[in-house]
Amino acid sequence: MTDGAVEVRDVVVRYGATTAVDGVSLGVPRGRVLALLGHNGAGKTSLLQVCEGFRAADGGECRVLGLDPIADHDALMPRLGIMLQSGGVYPWATAGEILRLFASFSANPLSPDMLIDRLGLRKFERTRFRRLSGGEQQRLSLAIALVGRPELVFLDEPTAGMDTESRHTTWQLIEELRSDGVSVLLTTHLLDEAERLADDVVIMREGRVAATGTPAELTAAAGIDLLEVRADAGLQPQSTQFAAVEKTPGEYVITGNLDAAAIAEAIAWFAKAGAQVTAVNTRRRTLEDVYLALTADATRKAGAAR
Amino acid sequence: MSTGTFTPAPARAPMRAILRSQIRMELVLTARRGEAVVLAMGVPLLVLLGAGLTDVTTVPGDDRLAFVVPGVLALTVMSTAFTGQAITTGYERSYGVLKRLGASPLTRPGLLLAKTAAVLALIVVQLLVLAGVGAAVGWRPDAGQLLPALGVTVLATAAYSGLALLLASVLKPETTTGAATLIYVLMLAAGGIMFTTPDVAVVLPLAAHAEALRATLSHGTGVPAADWLSLAAWAVVCVTAAVKKMRWE
Repeated sequence: MTDGAVEVRDVVVRYGATTAVDGVSLGVPRGRVLALLGHNGAGKTSLLQVCEGFRAADGGECRVLGLDPIADHDALMPRLGIMLQSGGVYPWATAGEILRLFASFSANPLSPDMLIDRLGLRKFERTRFRRLSGGEQQRLSLAIALVGRPELVFLDEPTAGMDTESRHTTWQLIEELRSDGVSVLLTTHLLDEAERLADDVVIMREGRVAATGTPAELTAAAGIDLLEVRADAGLQPQSTQFAAVEKTPGEYVITGNLDAAAIAEAIAWFAKAGAQVTAVNTRRRTLEDVYLALTADATRKAGAAR
Repeated sequence: MSTGTFTPAPARAPMRAILRSQIRMELVLTARRGEAVVLAMGVPLLVLLGAGLTDVTTVPGDDRLAFVVPGVLALTVMSTAFTGQAITTGYERSYGVLKRLGASPLTRPGLLLAKTAAVLALIVVQLLVLAGVGAAVGWRPDAGQLLPALGVTVLATAAYSGLALLLASVLKPETTTGAATLIYVLMLAAGGIMFTTPDVAVVLPLAAHAEALRATLSHGTGVPAADWLSLAAWAVVCVTAAVKKMRWE
C-alpha cells in the first residue's frame, strides 16, 4: 500500500446476515478531499466506522495515516478529527465547555474562540448541548473535530440538518482545510456538496463501489447528453448519426451518441438546409445525472420491495 | 506549504492535563444533575438523622449512632459508585459520549481512569461531610482502625464500579436506571443500615461494608474475616465481568 491518508482494500462489514460493505477499496491521498456518495444504507457510515476504529472490518484491510485504526488506536486518535453523524456529546454540558474540553486534550489546539466565531456559535456558547438545534449541534461537532489541528478528518454527513448559510460556511471551512493540507474523507448524499468540495468522488451502492473518479471524470465519461439548436421553424433534420425533435417551433433537441463527428454532422445539416441558426447549446451530464443513472437500479429495487 | 489556520499540528496534551480536565468535567456534570445530588447527599443525611436520632427503627446496642453512622457511610459509597455511576454511564453510552471520548486523545483507559478518580473524589468529600455531621450530632468515631476502614471502602468502591459498568453495558439506559434504583432501595432495606439483619446478610456487599465500618470506626476493632472475604469476592467478580462485557456504544 502507498502512504496515502487512508487506504482501504477489499473491506467487508457485516451485521449478522446483512452485508453492509461488500469488498470496498479506496484511497484518500494526503491533502485531498474524498466524498463518499450514496443513498442511506449504501454502507458509507459503516465504512467510516472501520476507518475510525469503532469497529473491526469482517474482511479486507484498512490503514489510516499508515496505522491500523484498532491496533494503533491510541497513537492514531490525536491525529484524527472525527465528526459523528449525531451525538457523542454530554447533553448537559454547554457548547463552550465541550469545545474547551476537547481543546484541552491537545498540546497546541486551535483557539476555541476562533472556531466559535467562525461557526457562528457565539450565541450558544452557554447553551447546553441538548438545547441546541440539529444544525447547531452539527456545527459544534465540526468544531470539536477540528480543534486538535488534525492531519485527517472524517466527516459523516457534515451539513445534514444545517440551514443554507451554515452549509456554505461549512463548505468554505472544508475548502480551507484542503488548502491548508488537511486530508478529508466525508460522506454525503448531497450532489452539489460532493461536486463543490471533492477532489475524488466514490459512489457507493448497496455496499459496493459503483463508480469512482474526480467529479469532472465522472461527468465527462458520460459525454454530451444533448444538443439544442435554435433555427427556422418546420425543418426536419434527419441522419443516421443522431435523432432530432422539434420541441417547440424553431427549437430542436438533438440526441444520440454525440461525439464530435455527430455534432459536426448535425450543424452541417442545418447549414445545408440553408437554415438561419441563432443558437447552439450543448448540455453536459451533471454529477446528479451520473449518480441517478448509477443508483437507479437500487432505487427501483427498493421501490419494488416496498 | 504555507502555514494556514488549519495546517496540521496534532499532538496529545500531557496525560495529566487531559485527565485533570476530564475529571473536572465529570464533577461539574454530576453537580449539575439534581437527582444525583439528592442521591449522593440527601438520602444519606435523611437516614443518618432519621435513624440515628429517633427510635423509628430497632438497632442492636444502646448507641444508635455507633450503628447507624458507619452504615450511612457505606450506603453513600454504594449510591455514588454503583447507582449514580450506572445511571450516568448508561446514558453516556446511549448518547455516544463514551464512543466519542474513547476516540479522542483521552482514550478509553483514560476515560475509565478519569471516571474512577471523579467517583473517588466525590466519595471522599461525601464521607467527610457525613462523618462530620455524624460527629456533630454525637457519634464518637475511633481513629485507631482507619487504614482497614479505608481498605474495605476501596474494595467496595471497586465492586460497585464494576457492577455499575457491567449493568450500563448490558442494559438499555432506562432499564439500567430502573435496575440500579431498585437495587439501591432493596439494599437500603436489606443491607443492615437502618436496622439489624440476619448474619447471612454479610454476603451482600453493603452489609459487609457497613459491618466492617462499624467494627473499625465505631468500636476500634479489626474487620471481621467474613467481611474481607465478601467484599474481595465481589470486587474480583464485578471488575472481571465489567472488563469482559464493557461496551462503548
